[in-house]
Amino acid sequence: MNYLEFEKPLAEIEGKAEELRAMARANKQMDVEKEAAALDAKAATMLRDLYKNLSPWQKCLVARHPDRPHCKDYIDALFTEYTPLAGDRNFADDHAVMGGLARFNDKPVMVIGHEKGNDTKTRIERNFGMARPEGYRKAVRLMDMAHRFGLPVVTLVDTPGAYPGKGAEERGQSEAIARSTQKCLEIGVPLVSIVIGEGGSGGAVAFATANRIAMLEHSVYSVISPEGCASILWKDAEKMREAAEALRLTAQDLQKLGVIDRIVTEPLGGAQRDRKQSIAAVGKVIETMLAELSGMKPDALIKDRRKKFIDMGSKGLAA
Amino acid sequence: MNWITNYVRPTINSLFSRREVPENLWTKCPECGTMLFHRELKDNQNVCTSCDHHMAITPRERFAALFDGGIFTEVKVPKPVADPLHFRDQKKYPDRLKAAQKATGEHEAMLVAEGEIGRTPVVCAAQDFAFMGGSMSMYVGNAIIAAAEVALAKKRPLVLFSAAGGARMQEGILGLMQMPRTTVAVEMLREAKLPYIVVLTHPTTGGVTASYAMLGDVQIAEPNALIGFAGARVIEQTIREKLPEGFQRAEYLLDHGMLDRVTHRKEMRDELVTVLRMLMQLPPAVRGDLPAPAPEPVPEKKPEPPAAKPEATEKKAAPK
Repeated sequence: MNYLEFEKPLAEIEGKAEELRAMARANKQMDVEKEAAALDAKAATMLRDLYKNLSPWQKCLVARHPDRPHCKDYIDALFTEYTPLAGDRNFADDHAVMGGLARFNDKPVMVIGHEKGNDTKTRIERNFGMARPEGYRKAVRLMDMAHRFGLPVVTLVDTPGAYPGKGAEERGQSEAIARSTQKCLEIGVPLVSIVIGEGGSGGAVAFATANRIAMLEHSVYSVISPEGCASILWKDAEKMREAAEALRLTAQDLQKLGVIDRIVTEPLGGAQRDRKQSIAAVGKVIETMLAELSGMKPDALIKDRRKKFIDMGSKGLAA
Repeated sequence: MNWITNYVRPTINSLFSRREVPENLWTKCPECGTMLFHRELKDNQNVCTSCDHHMAITPRERFAALFDGGIFTEVKVPKPVADPLHFRDQKKYPDRLKAAQKATGEHEAMLVAEGEIGRTPVVCAAQDFAFMGGSMSMYVGNAIIAAAEVALAKKRPLVLFSAAGGARMQEGILGLMQMPRTTVAVEMLREAKLPYIVVLTHPTTGGVTASYAMLGDVQIAEPNALIGFAGARVIEQTIREKLPEGFQRAEYLLDHGMLDRVTHRKEMRDELVTVLRMLMQLPPAVRGDLPAPAPEPVPEKKPEPPAAKPEATEKKAAPK
């Protein structure tokens, strides 16, 4: 179990309880259950208190938690017959973006998402979830296919942002993102999106221009990372706490602003503490959002999506 | 000695002398260092007469040079909710806005106008980098949507001059949401089969390039304009190597297939007229037989020519 900076006191108590139990296992005469249970109770209270009022910056840390379920975990658990489709037919296959045909509740859909990887090897392979132009162009290809065959599209957003690299720029990173957003607006099939971790700027918009958008309780979605914003506006990257506060990047604020439709409740202590429960909750919300859109004609779906974004933000925080 | 010599005369003198020696009479070209006389620079649309370096030009000056006779009508842009996030960094966002308004004399970072270029009716939008880095705010989004709506209503093409660092951080997620919003505007033009031409000017980066600024039917850039998604410093820190000479410059993008053309500012107007008239299925513009320019380069202050029958007048002027 990986602990975050602000979870250190919790780590200590849980560590102690674990230590006691390990000792008891080694020495059968020792009876530690009472003490360990007391520690467990203390840890549970602390966890509840910690997660009751997470600051925006703490939410960023939870959203980036390495043990959080990632795109691949959701696809493996929620979809059947997942058949990955690779490549942009131009240059390469981007492993930061996964996608393909799958069945959701037995109905065929197209699922696309950013994958960050969960150990050093897969993280490097997935480029930490930072897509290159090929990733967005693959997504455009898959969305187009979904449109032609009438398959709903489900996107899972989890990226620090699009990859800032030399080749990515040369091959048109910005054009690729713009085309992906454009394709989102053009397809005559239901498009639902869930921000499962980090919604990093344009790299997230490219997938999240959807009819219905949900966010996990402790996920974030922002125009810029708090660190980036702090270094530009405060001229000090260490001011990320203030920046996170000012940017209003939490799921709760985004719902108030009318940018997202739904918040998916996470288990106490974040999605990483009970991955199964988180995955099931996401499955439920995908089901609900797709049901809301079922029966709508292609034109109506396109219109609905456009109107959603044209009207967005018209009321500010008062929405 | 009386109050006239002591007070009145110095006051009058100072008034006149102030007028005779205004500040900024000369501008130093940041590229080649040549001192340029302000009037000469203005006549050359802020392009250095010695090295062709393209300096910034305000949307208003650009429109004055672009539209026939310098005449255009501003398109009204609906005002969005002010300071939606109650954003505050080291300064309050409304204070930053006010400072930008005072410095530029403009209300926001984008100006939209309609009029004629070479007798071709168009809608134009131009972003103002001097206004908070041209950043894409809800107002900018509204401006682009308003521009597209006028273009649609009057069946005119849209020409957009971009210049921005990206989305406006002070509007947070709502700044970011202008990416899909403006893309909806582009979609409206696309469906109405109206040309949408983007002229990328220095600098155009971030979320602006990742939305409306890269979705033009024709993509033109001004020479040496910086165009890219990520900042060069961020890229160098990420990949830990030096970037090549000319990286993210207009010519570099042209070489990499990301642009249609790189065009000098002085030739932009003619090029836009040529391209737009072809895309709009209009007869070619006839430049040769236009009446000789008046001795004074000052444009006539006549009202906007009636939009009716522009072709008829041109046919009369067409060569045999």
